[in-house]
Amino acid sequence: MGEAQERVAALLAEHDPTTTDRLEFLRARFDAGLAWVHFPVGLGGLSAPRAMQQEVDEALTAAGAPDNNPRRIGIGLGMAAPTILAYGTGEQHRLLRPLWTGEEVWCQLFSEPGAGSDLAALATRARRDGDDWVVTGQKVWTSSAHNARWAILVARTDPDVPKHAGLTYFVCDMTAPGVEVRPLRQITGEAEFNEVFLTDVRIPDSARLGEIGDGWRVAQTTLMNERVAIGSRSSAREAGMVGVVAETWRAHPDRRTAAAHDQLLGLWVEAEALRLAGVRLRQQLAAGAPGPEGSAMKLGFARLSQALSGFEVEFLAEDGLRYDDWTLRRPELVDFTGRGPGYRYLRAKGNSIEGGTSEVLRNIIAERVLGLPAEPRVDKDVPWKDLPR
Amino acid sequence: MNLLYTDVETDLRASVADLLGTHSTDLWPRLAAVGVSGLAVPEELGGQGASYRELAVVAEELGRSVAPVPFLTSAVLATTALLELSEDASARSLLSRLSSGAATAALVVPLSSWESWPDGRGLVRSVADAGSADVLLVPIEGRLHLVDAADVTPVVALDETRPLADVAITATTPLAGPGDDAVRAALVAGAGILASEQVGIATWCLETTVAYLKERHQFGRPLGSFQALKHRVADLWQSLVLARAAARHAADALTTGVDVPIAVSVAQSLCSTVAVRAAEECLQLHGGIGMTWEHPVHRYLKRAKANEIALGTPTRHRATLAPLVDLAGPTVGA
Ligand SMILES: Cc1cc2nc3c(=O)[nH]c(=O)nc-3n(C[C@H](O)[C@H](O)[C@H](O)COP(=O)(O)OP(=O)(O)OC[C@H]3O[C@@H](n4cnc5c(N)ncnc54)[C@H](O)[C@@H]3O)c2cc1C
Repeated sequence: MGEAQERVAALLAEHDPTTTDRLEFLRARFDAGLAWVHFPVGLGGLSAPRAMQQEVDEALTAAGAPDNNPRRIGIGLGMAAPTILAYGTGEQHRLLRPLWTGEEVWCQLFSEPGAGSDLAALATRARRDGDDWVVTGQKVWTSSAHNARWAILVARTDPDVPKHAGLTYFVCDMTAPGVEVRPLRQITGEAEFNEVFLTDVRIPDSARLGEIGDGWRVAQTTLMNERVAIGSRSSAREAGMVGVVAETWRAHPDRRTAAAHDQLLGLWVEAEALRLAGVRLRQQLAAGAPGPEGSAMKLGFARLSQALSGFEVEFLAEDGLRYDDWTLRRPELVDFTGRGPGYRYLRAKGNSIEGGTSEVLRNIIAERVLGLPAEPRVDKDVPWKDLPR
Repeated sequence: MNLLYTDVETDLRASVADLLGTHSTDLWPRLAAVGVSGLAVPEELGGQGASYRELAVVAEELGRSVAPVPFLTSAVLATTALLELSEDASARSLLSRLSSGAATAALVVPLSSWESWPDGRGLVRSVADAGSADVLLVPIEGRLHLVDAADVTPVVALDETRPLADVAITATTPLAGPGDDAVRAALVAGAGILASEQVGIATWCLETTVAYLKERHQFGRPLGSFQALKHRVADLWQSLVLARAAARHAADALTTGVDVPIAVSVAQSLCSTVAVRAAEECLQLHGGIGMTWEHPVHRYLKRAKANEIALGTPTRHRATLAPLVDLAGPTVGA
């Protein structure tokens, strides 16, 4: 029996998943180091190779153990946790357990009305006041802010230096006075994301992640992990959008045309190749040789989900003209498969915007992966306060 | 399923790349000397007993240099067909000659064949490497035949690095065993390996384009600093990531025998599309120099485009895939 199996067996012996309360089980799993095995001992891990995680997950699933619903708490798992691990203090590390179990949902207070792709232009100010920082500004497109207990936040602590140099990274308590969350209804009718107004919100200096003025570097950790998280889902053939569309095709023999057939097969092939690229990326990670392929996955995922969902609506013809429900809802997660084709079509449009646009991703690939020279920069050495806005 | 390159494969790639870098005229004998000609042949017949994964790595390197060697035709297609018939004594002895590099063989079907091929009694057009092959293998009425006499007429090929000939057979000796199965196995393996060749071509095209965009200046800046061009090469890189995963999967499937037909058709249709686009973009982004005979990109474009037709076009591979993945097309006449 391998180490993974042994540890899983020990956990199951102490906590029978069929009789143990869900949260209690998840906490025990965290304490046993089986949450994310590559994290250090004491922080939900075993300092083990990432490859072991899959074995652990499979063994626990087979034993009927509850999962922590990674989709609902994706921002915490994919972005906050790696950043806290890289930059957090011992005190801050305590945030990890409720984050992993899903007891506490996280959101990401990065984007602002004036700073989207150009995140380093952000204007939310944090001023020092004794042991606290006082934060004022407006964030936007904040997914899950309405459910979130905590946020990762980047704010400007020094407007007199060039824009990348004056930022600092914080953990923000979403229940603190001065935090106001307002739903933003989106193209699908839902309000999945929000505007967040921060008015004299007090954040203790102990909730700072990384050094003062080092917020850009800390944010890079978050953003890199975000791309990997977005890009590396689904491992079964025909999982996700392609499966939905394939089923729709199977269900409607009367609507098939030769042209649509070849188009569908082309998309199916691309989906399969994307899946294989994901498998390959995970094998690279497990072999200790991560590559930049996560960016390729995110780019491909966005393009494919848009092409597939567009195909589906068109293929469905008169049914494609309808929509399932325009009610304003505030969902906990994006549910492509649980909704209708019109929803899928509209929501997929966000896939090339959220987590960094496909255009910005192409810039990053061209410059960092392929080593092409950067665009001439007009704002690099100018203090932030002097930039045109 | 292992989609990475093993250490053995990486070493093999390096030694093939070394040889290809020397630009010698007697490339095939030199490749044969390091075992490339007999990679797929079992050790007891004098070969390397390697797997399709290693064949795929060699194909990638050969694609990277568009080397004019009969690897695909002799070491993959003809060899796979003969391996299917290896209870036949002449097939076995031919395999050992092929593996030592003493002879090369060509399968007498049009290079474009996929899922069906002409009966070798008539004129067979556009047969790859038939002009230089020492031995021709011809499918006739469900049996594979060794050719004793034939008219081989070289034709002008779109891709000069893989010469074509029209073949008219006059006398043959049949081999024992089911020839159609042998040809089918050869075409499937060939298509799977060709996907890796396409990945090699696309890799060269991307690398060459990126290098050029860094060095060529227009409007007072390196071309590569213009975003319109950056995005195009970023997209190429992205599709190459997918193509590589698909090609590795095909090679791995051929090796394990699991999921072969789906893996091969996915890889062949995707990798061909990516390679042709990479070569076309390479040409376009090189401007005028890309259009010249002196710049190597023309050879890559010709090979990529010919490969797109070889062993099944992307459209045909998608059609092959349809029933395998339960995605039937429109009902005819409905
Ligand atoms: C569904 C959804 C959920 C989101 N959730 C969150 C969240 O939880 N937290 C959060 O902080 N943010 C979130 N965002 C915000 C997201 O990160 C931004 O929308 C994104 O970074 C783009 O910024 P922008 O909207 O200001 O567009 P802009 O930056 O204004 O871009 C407009 C257009 O210009 C293009 N563009 C911009 N700069 C360049 C350039 N240099 N080169 C070429 N093209 C360029 C863009 O690609 C885009 O097409 C979410 C967005 C969506 C759609």
